[in-house]
Amino acid sequence: MNLLVCISKTPDTTSRISFRPNEKEYNTDGVSFIMNPYDEWYALVKALEITEKNGGNVTVINVGPASNDIIIRKALAIGATDAVRVNLENPDAYTTSANIAAHAKNKSYDIIFTGKETIDFNGSEVGAMVAEMLDLPFISYASALEVNGNTSKITRDIEGGVEVCQVEGPYVLSASKGLAEQRIPNMKGIMMAKTKPLTVLDPISENARVTIEKFILPPGKSGVKLINPDDMDELVRLLHEEAKVI
Amino acid sequence: MAVLVYIENPKGKIKKTGYEVACYGAQVAKSLGTDCIGLLIGKTENAGAVGEYGPSKVIHINADQEVEFDSQSFTKVITDVANEHKANIIILAHSANGKALTGRLAVRMNAGNVSGANSLPDTSGGFVVNKSVYSGKAIVRYNITAENKVISVMGNTLKPQAISTAVSPETRTAPLAATNTKVIERKISEGVVPLPEAEIVVSAGRGMKGPENWGIIEDLAAALGATTACSRPVADSDWRPHHEHVGQTGIAIRPNLYIAAGISGAIQHLAGVNNSKVIVVINKDPEAPFFKAADYGVVGDLFEVVPKLTAAIKKFKH
Repeated sequence: MNLLVCISKTPDTTSRISFRPNEKEYNTDGVSFIMNPYDEWYALVKALEITEKNGGNVTVINVGPASNDIIIRKALAIGATDAVRVNLENPDAYTTSANIAAHAKNKSYDIIFTGKETIDFNGSEVGAMVAEMLDLPFISYASALEVNGNTSKITRDIEGGVEVCQVEGPYVLSASKGLAEQRIPNMKGIMMAKTKPLTVLDPISENARVTIEKFILPPGKSGVKLINPDDMDELVRLLHEEAKVI
Repeated sequence: MAVLVYIENPKGKIKKTGYEVACYGAQVAKSLGTDCIGLLIGKTENAGAVGEYGPSKVIHINADQEVEFDSQSFTKVITDVANEHKANIIILAHSANGKALTGRLAVRMNAGNVSGANSLPDTSGGFVVNKSVYSGKAIVRYNITAENKVISVMGNTLKPQAISTAVSPETRTAPLAATNTKVIERKISEGVVPLPEAEIVVSAGRGMKGPENWGIIEDLAAALGATTACSRPVADSDWRPHHEHVGQTGIAIRPNLYIAAGISGAIQHLAGVNNSKVIVVINKDPEAPFFKAADYGVVGDLFEVVPKLTAAIKKFKH
């Protein structure tokens, strides 16, 4: 099977969030970047499990600048066969998707994986966009997947439970927790990653459909009001009269 | 120009988020001086009620059939209706199905989109919508510059209010394009408000010591009419079902009231709940980081505090 995994670079979960004085750009000073956890832990590892069982290749694709090679090499170290990077600085979801779709169009991938969302923009957009651009089925928030030949049985998270669906032929899937278990690259994998092919492609450009007007930091909490544990009537009163939530 | 609102109807019933997006769409249409059209696909009880929330017209497709959701075929139907009515703005809920649709709709409409908007658009100098980013640690103001726009709206962004009267839906049949996807099974907790829609959520963590102790959490939730949730270690240990897990790797929620008992408040947990309007933290450790993100805190043993809170709520409601 030929599988494509879309990977994205995001600030580490614990990063402090701040913005440049123009309020339009994320301040990357002192921030460490990682492969988006949903892409790495669930999408990539599930793709590897499938090819380990059925044979085939896992290609990873990233749309971004050369500084993203660090996460691409990590994906290769974890076990991807080869990689593609579309050379573009700060693409939005639409442009990212258009470039992934342009690459995937004639490659007959059996499954295209993304994470359920990136932990920076939390958009859940790229998988759906790539699917529409390629006119393929899209199964979002997959937490289990069984592949049998041309048929896949997929469990997806929905409100209050799960839905199980069956897909024939190629499709796009976004991965959520449970799809696979995180793998740590070993020394052999890290060494091998250095010689695995990484193809750099020129981007296609898209008109901006959405622009960032500014980033705002949410107003901080004014401080916790501590309530005597023996006086829960007081908490109820505050929730009713002050917070007005009950 | 018009605003089209896609309204979800799982098991034939319109969800609260459906009324929320109907209100949202009607308010957008009003600010632009245009019409709002509600769209439903598949068998639905009381479809005309959508009109009470603002849309002046309701289109109901395949009203006599039960239709399973599929993002590919639904995208075609929704964009066909949008094109027919020259609707250049599509509004939908940022739900499980909404998230699968919004990107597709944007591509098919060649639209600018914001997924997970949490404000009405500011149309004073463009079309600016707020959205929470960096797992709730920042807000971005997006200006949708494209002529066509698709917005998926976070639950609890506005309170649905009936402002008008029901309308008689325009029913029609439209063949749903055959796709290679079919739903074969669905497992959902019955009779519970799903977490993303819940206005009050009662959540508990490792401080509960074991699944057998959850009765006090369920009692508090019942007294408040709340939905129960849990932290990651609790779901990972199978003390509670996976769909109750809120946080970075679980689901992100924004209820009006979030009560957390025995949860220390790791950054990954906060990422899923820090958009809650009011946060109450109950923890015996006064140093628990969650207190810094809380509005109200109770330092005490949850096994004593939670039942007392339940009793106080019952007394208040009586």
